[in-house]
Amino acid sequence: MVALSLEREAPAPRDRAARAALTSRALVVLLIVVSVLSLGTGAAGLSLFGMARDLISGEGLSQRDQVILMDIRLPRLAMGLLIGAALAMSGALMQGLFRNPLADPGIVGVGAGAGLGAVLAIVLGGLLPVGLAALVGTHLVPVAAFLGGWASTLLLYRVATKGGQTSVATMLLAGIALGALAGALTGILVYLADDTQLRDLTFWNMGSLAGASWAKLGASLPLILPVLLLSPLLARGLNALALGEAQATHLGIHVETVKRLAILGVAAAAGAAVAVAGGIGFIGIVVPHLLRLATGPDHRYLLPNAALLGASLLVGADMIARVIVSPAELPIGIITATIGAPVFLWILLKRRGLGGL
Amino acid sequence: MLEVSSLSACLSGRPILHGINLTAAPGTVTAIVGPNGSGKTTLLRALTGDLSYAGTARLNGHEVSETPARRMAAIRAVLAQSTQLAFPFTVDEVVRLGLTSGVQTEGDNLPGRALEKVGLSGYGPRDVQTLSGGEQARVHLARVLVQVWEPVTHQGPRWLFLDEPVAALDIGHQLTVMTLARAYADAGGGVVAVMHDLNLSAMFADHIALLLDGRMLAQGAADTVLTDAHLSRAYGCAVRVNAVPARGPWLVPQAMAG
Repeated sequence: MVALSLEREAPAPRDRAARAALTSRALVVLLIVVSVLSLGTGAAGLSLFGMARDLISGEGLSQRDQVILMDIRLPRLAMGLLIGAALAMSGALMQGLFRNPLADPGIVGVGAGAGLGAVLAIVLGGLLPVGLAALVGTHLVPVAAFLGGWASTLLLYRVATKGGQTSVATMLLAGIALGALAGALTGILVYLADDTQLRDLTFWNMGSLAGASWAKLGASLPLILPVLLLSPLLARGLNALALGEAQATHLGIHVETVKRLAILGVAAAAGAAVAVAGGIGFIGIVVPHLLRLATGPDHRYLLPNAALLGASLLVGADMIARVIVSPAELPIGIITATIGAPVFLWILLKRRGLGGL
Repeated sequence: MLEVSSLSACLSGRPILHGINLTAAPGTVTAIVGPNGSGKTTLLRALTGDLSYAGTARLNGHEVSETPARRMAAIRAVLAQSTQLAFPFTVDEVVRLGLTSGVQTEGDNLPGRALEKVGLSGYGPRDVQTLSGGEQARVHLARVLVQVWEPVTHQGPRWLFLDEPVAALDIGHQLTVMTLARAYADAGGGVVAVMHDLNLSAMFADHIALLLDGRMLAQGAADTVLTDAHLSRAYGCAVRVNAVPARGPWLVPQAMAG
């Protein structure tokens, strides 16, 4: 991993600031490298050198190459970058909000709620009136998944908020219950599904960027981009929140506003990501962890760097997914889980030495 | 000026505080004392805006429950009984959180000077989570000091609200911290502290408020509040107060009554 050092002694804050800036630059370089590699990787044997040669010699790309590049690889790259950044950012936001480095949208039921929405659309979508079905078209599953994630977040917030105060503990527990409920309802729907639907469900569930298209990108961008751009504004509030809600308030933070915005950001980014790419796990937990080890927990650096590293990591994982069983491809969720779960366990083992989570 | 009148408060629907009246002037240290469960911390939470209350509690003329967090943060800082940090921040990063409200500007190495005051010079780069309980308590005190560094600004006096500031400290650092609080008051700021140690309270506080079962049992100068009768009633054990010359009341608990 570029620019990540895992020293035990925490670096001084000024060093940390400098190191965070350095890390940002390294992550941008990593992002560019991974992106270029990704464009040159795939089943069609379209090489970067070949494309560069064609472009430089003035011949231009062949029509086949152009189609592969513009309609397949570029939208896929863009989706990978966007979804990766969204997953890492939503994880970092959620962890700051819950004051727990192991929190993740998947844990508070946002992922499960979005999943229920998607499954609902896959299994019962055929029952929609023809006119409406034509109107939403291929957007049905993404839109339903986003609505499911959003609804579960709102419901969760209602349950966990009393007198304007949100209890993080209640919210976590309610999230677990909500996730179980969404899982049970999803189970019923899966039971009802026919063979074709089951196949769709399985692939959606494992997570994939295979269906990437400019249209899907267009559907998720308006949800994810504002979160990526505006989240850093919450950094100071989330830093103060690390002391606890009361003490953050004593420091002059309007805690309820910070919490509401963070929840909204998480629902938008994670819901949209689940909607277009299915269940891609571990990015949201692993990326912020690695960055905390490298540059400390200050959200002013953590949030933007998480977006950068998340984007690179997902595009990298997608590249592996495409070449490892070429010309077929693995669902990307399998890759991120294979890489992410051991890293997660390793983090747990290291934390165990420090006493508790 | 802190003006509390007829303040009552509940925790989970159970009444804890009943008709508390209390006035604390800037330039003084007020100690809130009383046995466990007497409502000391609940009173402090009401005064710092953490808990809704009936009655009034005005700080520099602002009703605490109706004043936005940002404005309150400009005139008072609060040291909690204990703080569980969620992430491995360094000492310096935590102390800098005192600058969050943006009211107190960084100035001339303010975090470094605050750390020096609490006896933690050179601890800046250390991970707070690896420090001892007493050291962590002092880190947070430094953060609180940074938040309201000047005891008096053109907007009036500023305040320190401290919940058991010396509970985790050894005797040397207890004196360090109480001396800091005293100096803050002497420079024109106000200090309100929940205290368990009656002797330290007697040594450093101008005004002592003794709570029992959510009611004010007695308040005033140390020698009028810390009497055998009051303390025996409040703490349910025999206490003998002796006057140490020039230091006011001094007491030791008596293991055996009589």
